[in-house]
Amino acid sequence: MANFSPGLILIVGGLLIPLIHGRARQVFMLALPLLGAIQLFGLEHGLHGQVAIFDYTLTFARVDKLSLIFGAIFLLASFYNTIYGLHENDTMQQVAAPVYAGAAIGAVFAGDLITLFIFWELTAISSVFLIWARRTAKATSVGIRYLIIQVGSGVILLAGIILYANKTGSIAFDRIGLSDLASWLILIAFGIKAAFPFLHNWLQDAYPEATVTGTVVLSAFTTKLAVYALARGYAGTEMLIYVGIVMTAFPVFFAVIENDLRRVLAFSLNNQVGFMVAGIGVGTSLALNGAVAHAFVHIIYKSLLFMSMGAVLHRVGTIKASELGGLYRSMPVTAVFCIIGAASISAFPLFSGFIAKSLTLSAVAEGGYVVAWIVLVFASAGVLEHSGIKIPYFAFFAHDSGLRCKEAPANMLIAMAIPAFLCIAIGIFPGPLYALLPFPMDYQPYTASHVLSQLQLLLFAILAFAVLVRSGLYPKEIPSTNLNTDWIYRKGLPALVRWLMAAGSTIRRGALFRAEFRLERFIAQVYRHHGPAGIMARTWSTGSTVLWVAVLLGVYLLAYFL
Amino acid sequence: MSDSHERPEREAHKPWLYRRGTINGVFWGLLGLCLVLGLADLFYHRHTVFGFEAFPAIYGIFGFVSFVFIVFAGIGLRKLIMRDEDYYDG
Repeated sequence: MANFSPGLILIVGGLLIPLIHGRARQVFMLALPLLGAIQLFGLEHGLHGQVAIFDYTLTFARVDKLSLIFGAIFLLASFYNTIYGLHENDTMQQVAAPVYAGAAIGAVFAGDLITLFIFWELTAISSVFLIWARRTAKATSVGIRYLIIQVGSGVILLAGIILYANKTGSIAFDRIGLSDLASWLILIAFGIKAAFPFLHNWLQDAYPEATVTGTVVLSAFTTKLAVYALARGYAGTEMLIYVGIVMTAFPVFFAVIENDLRRVLAFSLNNQVGFMVAGIGVGTSLALNGAVAHAFVHIIYKSLLFMSMGAVLHRVGTIKASELGGLYRSMPVTAVFCIIGAASISAFPLFSGFIAKSLTLSAVAEGGYVVAWIVLVFASAGVLEHSGIKIPYFAFFAHDSGLRCKEAPANMLIAMAIPAFLCIAIGIFPGPLYALLPFPMDYQPYTASHVLSQLQLLLFAILAFAVLVRSGLYPKEIPSTNLNTDWIYRKGLPALVRWLMAAGSTIRRGALFRAEFRLERFIAQVYRHHGPAGIMARTWSTGSTVLWVAVLLGVYLLAYFL
Repeated sequence: MSDSHERPEREAHKPWLYRRGTINGVFWGLLGLCLVLGLADLFYHRHTVFGFEAFPAIYGIFGFVSFVFIVFAGIGLRKLIMRDEDYYDG
């Protein structure tokens, strides 16, 4: 079989979807990730699909363990996401989702920076349609903000690549490391997509405004593509440890008070990617395995959580915690799936999060990064707060909102069953996942120390929740907007521009007034001399003219004789 | 857990999960489990990397304190950044 990137199957297939109708379209959509998986399993390690352009060689399929595991999880996510969206008949989303997934897979298999750039931008352009497909005025403006930031990341990446190629003479995408401006630009481009602190808010701004299916699709690819790119290019860059721990810690405070449960999950996504970034910063083989394993299981349980919240939004039309509660009676199966996702993300033993997060925490501890380790353990309690407890509790339990609805549609339940099964299966049998990781290792997550420490952390934290709720100290869910850094460009900068325009127009008016005054005075002068009554415009009688000519001639003669 | 203000005679009509007895049972069960987990630290040797990990129930204490801190910090953060729901639309 030809060794080409499996991403191409999804991109080309996705573009053909509008030509197919009815049941055949659904079969075709489901076949795309399956065909991609067949292609992926047939790939041989090495560099394939090389095309020479000018002096550079583009590599469309670099196959190694790192690209394979990301390719595999992207295809898996694409498969169950397709099932999840089967009830919808919206061509826009049906085309955008596989093209977006294919672009992310294409980027993962890119062996050089230019190919990476091409697919990097394609993920931005294809994914925005999942937001616009909601077809509200709000979604339109959110989508534009999202697109500007995503394409901006690509432009910065391109600038970095040009400088990098100019300096090194190579466009190969291997370890870059932080050294000069080029490497900083490329890191910033990756950092925007990974939602580094202060570059993060596009995520909380955009993901909760996409369609029910769109948010699930979005949550899988963009940030994890960035994690892949960081692992490939910046492993062992110590600064990333500190970037990572900030990412894990600060979103937990925002998540506590956020009312939109899909936005809570967006903050949680930020926190989870922080664990991966910190692992990449440590850079040992155990830490990198931890980051990759975390990305793998995270895609699965985060999809599951977004799917369960999407099902709630689909059935009751709102996802605000202040309006929800008691839905476990209407949607018991969805509630169980949600709890499985919540237990996984909280890293309960026997669930997938535990066997992945343990790797990163062990690697950070072994590296002797004590502050980082404490922050990560603190952030683990934070994950439990917002994703482990808040999401299932306020949607399905808490006070009874009185909302009654049908259980989620069958296709959604099937789509949720796949990741739910994997959360438990990988949690109990981590061996197969460990074998797929880029570096060989001998790691045992299920030791008495690990399990008991983790259970203690989690159960005491749940106890804290129970105590706070019983004593009435746990904050109520309030319909609100919580400010974030997007305030800067949504309110701050527009206000500044308005102020500058106002101030500018005052200055302009002043300047105009002065200029006008001078101009008027000049015109008045000209008018005085050249106007109808001016000296230069006076009509002269022939006689006096002759007299003046005679006088002039006389003066001339006199001067001549003198 | 927040239905304590309702009249007791209606308890029996509530769904099982919302009854006072169930809620209390879950709470005391959880507390018991935490006690067992905390005391377990006295009876096995934890494999530690940092010295402070050896302190009994350190993970539990840290988990409890972190959780309370996050919640209270969140309440504080609300004072700073909470605006009306239609803040950006207005």
